[in-house]
Amino acid sequence: MTSSRTGTGTGATRVLGLATLAMFVALLAFGLFNSPADAVQRDSVRILYLHVPAAEMAYVAFIVAAVSSAAYLWKRTRSRAWDRVANASVELGVVFTGITLATGMMWGRISWGVYWDWADARLVSTLLLFVMFLGYLAVRRLDGNDDQRARRSAVVCLVAILDVPLVHYSVEWFQTTHPVSSLETPGAIDGTFRFLHFWGLVTFLLGYVWLMMHANRIAMLEDKVAGEDLAVAIAERQREGVVPGATHGTAGVAG
Amino acid sequence: MIWRTARLVAAKDLRIEWRSRVALAQVLPFAIVTLTLFAFALNPAGGLLRAATPGLYWVTILLILVLAAQRAFVVETADGALDALRLSGLPPAGIFLGKAWALAVQLWLLEAVLAVGVIVLYDPTGKIAGTGPAFSWTVERAVLLVIAGLAATPGLAAVGTLHGALAAGSRARDTLLPLLVLPIVVPALLGGVRTFEAVLALNKRSASEGWPWVGLLLGFSLVAVVVGTLAFGPLIEEDPS
Repeated sequence: MTSSRTGTGTGATRVLGLATLAMFVALLAFGLFNSPADAVQRDSVRILYLHVPAAEMAYVAFIVAAVSSAAYLWKRTRSRAWDRVANASVELGVVFTGITLATGMMWGRISWGVYWDWADARLVSTLLLFVMFLGYLAVRRLDGNDDQRARRSAVVCLVAILDVPLVHYSVEWFQTTHPVSSLETPGAIDGTFRFLHFWGLVTFLLGYVWLMMHANRIAMLEDKVAGEDLAVAIAERQREGVVPGATHGTAGVAG
Repeated sequence: MIWRTARLVAAKDLRIEWRSRVALAQVLPFAIVTLTLFAFALNPAGGLLRAATPGLYWVTILLILVLAAQRAFVVETADGALDALRLSGLPPAGIFLGKAWALAVQLWLLEAVLAVGVIVLYDPTGKIAGTGPAFSWTVERAVLLVIAGLAATPGLAAVGTLHGALAAGSRARDTLLPLLVLPIVVPALLGGVRTFEAVLALNKRSASEGWPWVGLLLGFSLVAVVVGTLAFGPLIEEDPS
């Protein structure tokens, strides 16, 4: 990394960003205009072109975060890099989960007549996943040194990942008397949906990688600034003559 | 070594609690106030309170858990006691199990008192409201209620201890701990509520329907204790610098 760089963009991120944008526009065009409405779900099926890839990428992001967290906690592989990846991936995962929940509720309102169904294990466990990782982001803001923060958040991430299957299982079990959610019975998926699903997944994946690169570089720059800003601030004050020691080039407090 | 440490730490925590009587003088009254508020909020005469009894009971337990977990680490951070505990060279797993055990003992006591309170105050047999099916206490119902509390509490205590340690000493502790703990203990809430419903014969549940949920509570406790024991070491370990 050169010190002269001012942004977090490189050739690679620019290409990725443009590709994501282009594919997203194409996804919207295909999904909204250039595809037939579903026989049963009618136009509401178009919401799924965003909903399904977002949900899948949320899983990917949280799994990446969990693996990075485990790598940080394991002393042999401990490195700040894992912590940065985990943090960036959770941030994106939370955004993807938010998109999943929002689009899912819109779809539910149209297809089921209600925004929310507490009897559906997938809805409830997704909501709790969202809340738990909001907790993770709160832990990131705790005071303490870098290593402390990294260890704390890695533990929170792993506990959340382990708890979600338990939540899912217990809700599902509790609801055995309820009808099976229509999400579980997709029926005949036609070729258009399959293609758009694949297209959407690639779009979201590219977007994920693109944003991960930026988030990672921001975190690296933040680390760098955190190490430097006191020295820089003192040098500036010395130049202004507020703090003594400018003539000698040292940061001594008392004369 | 681990078990000995656990015993020592648990005895220390319980001794501190016994002498300060925070659980007795603050946490328990808080729980009673909460139960009273629920009774005002949900009209007891309409049968609503009775139907909601299991849920209200377990939500109150979870609120207590957050308070007690906070308290368990206030005593450690107050005089840098947690640092002293680290310096003592005791195995972190032992410290964790000891603190979780002490928390579990307090929770068990509070649960027992609250269960009696709910049964006395919330009219679970439906005599006042005159709603619901005939219900009378049997040995199986009583045993199921006790076992559910016994099974769920180690897991709750483990989650509380782990996150209490995590948030200990930070300024945001009071607001952060509920956010972290409450979503994680949802399986225990579900299992506890379903078991209690079976005990009270609510939603046409027979008492025998409660037992599978006790299995869920045991599973939750097992996972929570194992994960907590493993994760506690890295959480409080010395800084390498």
